[in-house]
Amino acid sequence: MSRFTKQWLAAALAACGLMAAAPAMAGKTLDGIKSRGQLVCGVHTGLPGFSAADSNGKWGGLDVDVCRAVAAAVLGDPEKVKYVPLTAQQRFTALQSGEIDLLSRNTTLTLTRDASLGLHGTVVTYYDGQGFIVHKKSNIKNPKQFKNQTVCVQSGTTTEKNLTDYSKANNLNIKTVVFEKEEAATAAYFAGRCISYTTDASGLASIRNKGATTPADHVILSELVSKEPLGPMVRRGDDEWFAIVKWVIYGLIEAEEYDITQAAVDQLKTSSQDPVVKRILGTGEDTGKLLGLDKDWMARALKATGHYGEIFERNVGPKSALGLPRGINNQWNKGGLMYAIPIR
Amino acid sequence: MATRSPPSKSPWSWRSRAFRGLVYQLVAFAVIALVIWFLASNTLHNMRVRGIQSGFDFLSQSAGFSIGESLFAFDSAESYWRAFLVGIVNTLRVAVAGIFLATVLGTLVGVGRFSRNALVRGLCAAYVECFRNVPVLLHLLMWYLVLTEMLPSIQDAWKFGPFFLSKGGVNFPVPIWQAGQAWAAGGVVAGVVLAWLYRRWALKRFEATGIAASMFWAPVAIVIAAGLLGWLAGGAPTLVDSPVKGEFAVENGGALTPEFLALLIGLTTYTASFIAEVVRSGIASVPAGQSEAAAALGLDRGLDIRLVMMPQALRVVIPPMTNQYLNLTKNSSLAVAIGYPDVVSIANTAMNQTGRAVECIAIVMAVYLTLSLLTSAFMNWYNARVAIKER
Repeated sequence: MSRFTKQWLAAALAACGLMAAAPAMAGKTLDGIKSRGQLVCGVHTGLPGFSAADSNGKWGGLDVDVCRAVAAAVLGDPEKVKYVPLTAQQRFTALQSGEIDLLSRNTTLTLTRDASLGLHGTVVTYYDGQGFIVHKKSNIKNPKQFKNQTVCVQSGTTTEKNLTDYSKANNLNIKTVVFEKEEAATAAYFAGRCISYTTDASGLASIRNKGATTPADHVILSELVSKEPLGPMVRRGDDEWFAIVKWVIYGLIEAEEYDITQAAVDQLKTSSQDPVVKRILGTGEDTGKLLGLDKDWMARALKATGHYGEIFERNVGPKSALGLPRGINNQWNKGGLMYAIPIR
Repeated sequence: MATRSPPSKSPWSWRSRAFRGLVYQLVAFAVIALVIWFLASNTLHNMRVRGIQSGFDFLSQSAGFSIGESLFAFDSAESYWRAFLVGIVNTLRVAVAGIFLATVLGTLVGVGRFSRNALVRGLCAAYVECFRNVPVLLHLLMWYLVLTEMLPSIQDAWKFGPFFLSKGGVNFPVPIWQAGQAWAAGGVVAGVVLAWLYRRWALKRFEATGIAASMFWAPVAIVIAAGLLGWLAGGAPTLVDSPVKGEFAVENGGALTPEFLALLIGLTTYTASFIAEVVRSGIASVPAGQSEAAAALGLDRGLDIRLVMMPQALRVVIPPMTNQYLNLTKNSSLAVAIGYPDVVSIANTAMNQTGRAVECIAIVMAVYLTLSLLTSAFMNWYNARVAIKER
């Protein structure tokens, strides 16, 4: 069976799930995870740096680390995660039908997705913007030079619509070639079918490393044409579960502000007198109880993945293969947008 | 049983076979209706509970995405149903062209398998075996790879006269519509009518006197001549929109994208291999004596195939041919894999923009069902026409 048929089959099965599943799901996500002993996390099929399986089948990346931190907080073990790789079209149906508990798959949070899909965006884990990659020899420096050009794009993304908006606003008459799968779209770009491929700038860096024979032959244009705040999503109707995911991510961000590194968790637990650190690590007030978890929830998450800054550096930061600058994803007090609502 | 009178004559009773049959049918119908109602209402209920919006109202909203190729102008501000229309027309475009080309190619290959030339026979057999035994998706990916990897980039497109061939596809000149072209079009229409009248006259004369007139070339000549006369009468307009090479693209003129070409070539060559087998089975079903009788009457091989073999073979060929036409149309849905904006691709995008997965899949299913039913209705009509008339 081809992957194409599989995808449609999966979509059809998900639709059947919608038809047949019992309606009462609200408030049950955490119970389900606990009785199953496993968090089911929807991730990208392969976007190195965000979510990709290595040669041993072990998943890693920024989005995957969010899953690991949540699993550590609720189950006590970051390994107890089942990863479900999803295409752009499958992702929302998979979450709606209850096939996955958490969608952590470089998904842009927008009003339409929040309000009409029966889903909730949680917290932004990566502030991104839509960019363009071009062949160096085309000598294009700015997307405004794309007049009457053909641009490859993947369907099922916000990208497709942004591209049209941009083309219209600048009167460029850009022609699109829309592929169902990212692999097909990037292959067509690398073969020279399109002058450019467009997606989130972080994704472009990943694709350039993965798909190009000589990455240096391709340039990512500096002009970004949209805001793409990426973050995990959960189903509507389960406020407790929504709160847990939200606060684990805020915890990861706030831990960076207070410099609670992965290596220092155990030591800080006994030595730190800072009330904020004590609250985060569960040695002060019991913040876990309010969320329906135990005292050590955040300490376990931090031990599993480290704080947000460490997750960033390890997976996508300047020293990683992707080499993305920290930029607007830095802490608020260092000129970035990462501003965690306080844990108190 | 054999001795009993037919049921229509027996008096009606609660225990009659006819009544029981009716009850079973009603029960079966009710069960099916109930299952459908249950699935539909449960889906709607679940979607409401989870806050998923549903309904077909989104079709009148502005689509907001552009479509790479379309037979008529489509702007992203236009509604979703217009976008779906573009997709349906794109599906039809490749299906109609594919059915036509696959029939021509398949028939040639099928007839070629009866050739007296061993090389032709072998080539045709090899074609059939190679093409029908590989999944069609691989055909499409292969052709797309060939077109996008092997061809030169747009900047150094190959030029054949006014034609350009590159990774951007084929660019060709198209005549610009002027008032004078209406005369040419009128001439062609008049030519078709004239050719039809000529054929009727020639057939009548042949039946009456036995004098055979050209039944193919003469009508074709009539149509061409009438069109040419019309064109001259319209002042012989010669303005042509020729493609020119721009900085990054070949501009103006008509264009066929590599997506369309790969899909058309892939579907055509794949389906033609099945059609060739259908044609072969049809010809093989005609007894050899027919051909020998034709030869005895002095018909040459070409006339034998056209007048004796084919009309009889067609009766066997038409029903399985319908299947192949339906398969080709349905296989065109694989276009999403190579980026051709057919109805499935449009539905994919619409599904993502609006989140109406159930509705979009329902639309796609309805489109394919309608196309398939129309195709088979036409083929059934044609089949009834060529079937043996028993009098």
